[in-house]
Amino acid sequence: MISLAGRDILHSWGKFVLTGVGLGLLIGATLTMAGVYRGMVDDARVLLTNSGADIWVVQKDTQGPYAESSSIRDDVYRGLLGMPGVAQAANVTYLTMQVRHGARESRTMVVGFEQGQPGEPGYLVAGRRLLRGHFEAIADVKTGFKLGERIRIRRHDYEVVGLTRRMVSSGGDPMVFIPLKDAQEAQFLKDNDAIIADRARTEANPALNRPGVPGLLDAVTASQTINHSVNAVLVKVGAGDTAANVAQEIRRWKHVQAYTREQMEEILIEKLVATSAKQIGMFLAILTVVSAAIVAFIIYTMTLGKIREIAVLKLIGTRNRTIAGMILQQALGLGLIGFIVGKISATLWAPAFPKYVLLETADAMRALAIVMVVCALASTLAIRAALKVDPATAIGG
Amino acid sequence: MDDGIHIEGLSKRYGAGDTAVDALKDVNMRIAPGEVVGLVGPSGSGKTTLLKCLGAVIEPTRGRMTLGSEVIYDSEQGGWKTPDLRALRRDRIGFVFQAPYLIPFLDVTDNVALLPMLAGRTNSASRARALELLQALDVAHRAGAQPSELSGGEQQRVSIARALANQPPVILADEPTAPLDSERALAVVRILNQMASQYQTAIIVVTHDEKIIPTFKRIYHIRDGRTVEEAGEGREIS
Ligand SMILES: Nc1ncnc2c1ncn2[C@@H]1O[C@H](COP(=O)(O)OP(=O)(O)OP(=O)(O)O)[C@@H](O)[C@H]1O
Ligand SMILES: [Mg+2]
Repeated sequence: MISLAGRDILHSWGKFVLTGVGLGLLIGATLTMAGVYRGMVDDARVLLTNSGADIWVVQKDTQGPYAESSSIRDDVYRGLLGMPGVAQAANVTYLTMQVRHGARESRTMVVGFEQGQPGEPGYLVAGRRLLRGHFEAIADVKTGFKLGERIRIRRHDYEVVGLTRRMVSSGGDPMVFIPLKDAQEAQFLKDNDAIIADRARTEANPALNRPGVPGLLDAVTASQTINHSVNAVLVKVGAGDTAANVAQEIRRWKHVQAYTREQMEEILIEKLVATSAKQIGMFLAILTVVSAAIVAFIIYTMTLGKIREIAVLKLIGTRNRTIAGMILQQALGLGLIGFIVGKISATLWAPAFPKYVLLETADAMRALAIVMVVCALASTLAIRAALKVDPATAIGG
Repeated sequence: MDDGIHIEGLSKRYGAGDTAVDALKDVNMRIAPGEVVGLVGPSGSGKTTLLKCLGAVIEPTRGRMTLGSEVIYDSEQGGWKTPDLRALRRDRIGFVFQAPYLIPFLDVTDNVALLPMLAGRTNSASRARALELLQALDVAHRAGAQPSELSGGEQQRVSIARALANQPPVILADEPTAPLDSERALAVVRILNQMASQYQTAIIVVTHDEKIIPTFKRIYHIRDGRTVEEAGEGREIS
């Protein structure tokens, strides 16, 4: 027996391919949507992994530096270092800001870290680590900066000495790493007018500006411009201790919150990414329904266009099973063309997206299965119409 | 005589009650193997209804039909003898229509070979059979063409080849010459006659076509659902 479906597809391949490409672009959009979600989750995981920490110590009653603003004093880490199980503890700051690069301004996350401590970017794709204590930076390649270029952050220029990759915030913004001290200053630095206004206010305060106590005013002013806060302390746990236990001890003895890697992941993925996931889920559902409607409509009209041939086929003894099989195979064929076109187009256009799009093979396989099921379901309408055709109509009147 | 087509007391009523139409009333016909008979009658007289009954696509109300040596329908004995009417049509009845109704996505050979394939024969045996018939019908040179690339007369010959593909004892032709000019129409009738004697097939040709009516040796006239047999001119086709 020959494949009726195959012959029909070959006979009208132009129509099939065109429809398949249309469907494929839709499937490509769907795959990309799923990839955007996977990319967000992956970005979050990479962010946690690259920070090199086992425990995030943050301000009490907050959910950590990536979800909310958290501020703790920059000497907390000393106390932590004294605790059993803590191998390393280092301050970090996070500051989201617009960074100008040539004519273009882009959102970046400026990270302040201590050299050789958790929080330092793990691997560089070019350049070197920070050697000087000030005004050097390591930038993610997505910022667009090249080695030797200068980044203006607040009032200072930083020279890009190293480049790293896949270092983005939970919002997908590429990171720029600078020394902690510089970052602390940048983060809490007021503009000149504010400083002058503050000074004036301090001077006007008779309690702080006492004629009889020379130097008091200067000391007060100095203390006002020095910043002793950071956003989090990253802790590495020593061998033989579990992060969960150490985190519990930290919570018990210090007035801070401590999260393990698993807890941070939960905060990032289940809380931060959750709304986006629902948003994308809605899109996926709609795209699936639209694809199904398109396949159903196309297969249905193709079948209606073949009613006479179907009547003849039935008259000369073709079984319902064979006719249903023909329509089903055409629907599946259309789905397959669509899937291939979709996979290729998603792969081609994914790198052009500003944020990371992660196309997972497992997702593609899942999509293929869904496409096939949807096409099979969509063809039932056409199959029903075909099975209703009366072979007597082939004989005519 | 127990071959060919034998119809006894065949009646067909469409609908019921006040709107019922008696399309066939006690029709009797007998066509021998290798014979071609004409079935003529005015519009609405029941010609197509008769072909549909004989072609096992509608069920008669009463009567008996025999194809070859087998009774296929007997209202006295529970109706159709086989529950599988598709297999009956596939194996024992050939159809030729007014329009060729070829399957547009199969080439000429496969249009003919489809029937033996549906009957479970191998592709190569089916195609060999198709080529043999296409040769007999003088369209073998177009064997690889698409139906849309054929002339009207060629298409009609291919559809006759298809009707013959499973060597049915019976061919039912409904106005097979309607779209053809008189030369081609006569050619089709000549071919039907040839095929009837070559394959010992009984052929009924429903027609209005004045050009071909004189060629039948025997004609059934149908009027208001009743048949009257009549000798035809049986004119030779040059
Ligand atoms: N499905 C049907 N339901 C009800 N009545 C029908 C049906 N089919 C045919 N008839 C009636 O049965 C009668 C015979 O119809 P049939 O189609 O057999 O005529 P015909 O001889 O083929 O006519 P024509 O030469 O116009 O094709 C007509 O009166 C027609 O109206
Ligand atoms: Mg008719």
